Amino acid sequence: MESSVGAVSAQTARFDTPFSFQSGAVLPRFDLVYETYGTLNADKSNAILVCHALSGHHHVAGYYADDPKNIGWWDSMIGPGKPVDTDKFFVVGVNNLGGCHGSTGPSSINPQTGKPYGASFPVVTVEDWVGSQARLADRLDIKQFAAVMGGSLGGMQALQWSLSYPERVRHVLAIACAPHLTAENIAFNDVARNAILTDPDFHGGNFYEHNVVPKRGLRLARMLGHITYLSDNAMADKFGRSLRSGKLGYNYDIEFEIESYLRYQGDKFAAYFDANTYLLMTKALDYFDPARAFDDNLDKAFASAHADFLVLSFTTDWRFSPERSRAIVQALLHNRLNVSYGEITSTHGHDSFLMQHEHYHEVMRTYLERIAGGFSA
Amino acid sequence: MSAHDPAELAAARPDFAAIAAWIPQGASVLDLGCGDGSLLRYLKDTRKVRGYGVEISDENIVACIQNGINVIQGDLDSGLYGFETGSFDFVILSQTLQAIRHTEALVKEILRIGREGIVSFPNFGYWKNRLNILHGYMPVSEELPYQWYDTPNVHLCTLYDFEKFCSSHRVHILERRVMTGGSEVSVLPNVLGSMAVYRFKRAA
Repeated sequence: MESSVGAVSAQTARFDTPFSFQSGAVLPRFDLVYETYGTLNADKSNAILVCHALSGHHHVAGYYADDPKNIGWWDSMIGPGKPVDTDKFFVVGVNNLGGCHGSTGPSSINPQTGKPYGASFPVVTVEDWVGSQARLADRLDIKQFAAVMGGSLGGMQALQWSLSYPERVRHVLAIACAPHLTAENIAFNDVARNAILTDPDFHGGNFYEHNVVPKRGLRLARMLGHITYLSDNAMADKFGRSLRSGKLGYNYDIEFEIESYLRYQGDKFAAYFDANTYLLMTKALDYFDPARAFDDNLDKAFASAHADFLVLSFTTDWRFSPERSRAIVQALLHNRLNVSYGEITSTHGHDSFLMQHEHYHEVMRTYLERIAGGFSA
Repeated sequence: MSAHDPAELAAARPDFAAIAAWIPQGASVLDLGCGDGSLLRYLKDTRKVRGYGVEISDENIVACIQNGINVIQGDLDSGLYGFETGSFDFVILSQTLQAIRHTEALVKEILRIGREGIVSFPNFGYWKNRLNILHGYMPVSEELPYQWYDTPNVHLCTLYDFEKFCSSHRVHILERRVMTGGSEVSVLPNVLGSMAVYRFKRAA
């Protein structure tokens, strides 16, 4: 029977040795907040790292005892009897460096100044995240993950694991992801960033000391992002042209249901998410491009990888289209790596990877059962 | 016995054993229209091949993953873009030729990607099929288990048809095995054989 991992609690790993970013910046010390589900087996071979996407965090599954409605963002995928079966696997969820859910990020206090890092927090890349996640793996005494998995930006981290630490990951599950963003994708990110950067409450990233939050910018950024995570058809099905009051108002208040939905999503997001973190996340997305160091040759970029791969895309995902996933698959094929690729028929666009979808979950479950067959629980 | 016991599979699918006999240990194999992956699984178990399958159906993708083989979901009729020229020792099209729309394009791709190609298909010239037609009906049999209105088979052919196609499309046939119910047929193959397997390469 499928069930929840139950009440969970977050832990903090403190790292007191410096962390060097790809940009050259250095943090003397940092924290990573994480959660774990399931039990690490005796030979520590059943660990799975779940990497989060733009707005995600370490709370991947289960709920908090004091906040039972706060359910993990991938709870449909992870738990006892679920595709990522916590009766077999030891699952680690982590909030990335630069995040705003407890790991060291722009809103954390810089011990050198006593003030939040704000704009001075280093620009983080996917490589940096993977490097910091490896420090957490060391701390948990996990020499090699059975799998590293993620969707979207999380999928990029999973891919990067196979390149940064080829010996430390046996399987990569890269879902709704891409080998790099297209120009159109970067353009969307830049509009989102501009919404934040031009908000008068942004104060060059140091809004904390002004006791304001650039809510208008964040809200717009989220509204724009949200449109691109859905599909035309999904929006038409869910909202159509429905009017909230049933008639036209001849003004600029919320009239169409889709407006109401987007504004609600924007407001909800702006109330808790850090604007600087949003900027960092979009920048990490834009920068990810493992082929760049190999004359834009993705085949060469994957030449160092050893892992087995499961690559999945969704038919209506236009932000990270199936074509982008197929480019990853091609590079893996050209390196004669073990890879399986599924193109999931779904109406929900990019957000499909977070949804409960029978066939998608069946593919995941089957692949993960195969992984679980490779070790004794 | 398990679902993919090699001996059991070879008995159920005589073309598997015929195909395996042509494939040396450790070869690289691309199986187009690989179904549930049992042929690749069989070749992995008996020949230690490094293999990939291409398959379109969702159900079969899950079955292939269960079978422990690499499978790429894709449509054979929309091109094999991702596979490099000469990247496989063998490209196999097992019981799939008859269901392909763009036959010429696909055979060309097989010759591009593989050092050799292997194709198996039901022989439409088999005497039972001929008899069905003679009685006025489209054949329905173990090899052709579909009714005319629900068949995926759009390009059925006889051994002669296929061989004629090969000679006009620069396909050099290296070997042929014709079978009925698992036994080899050598006399009047185009009449007595229900199924054929060919090994071929690009003509010089």
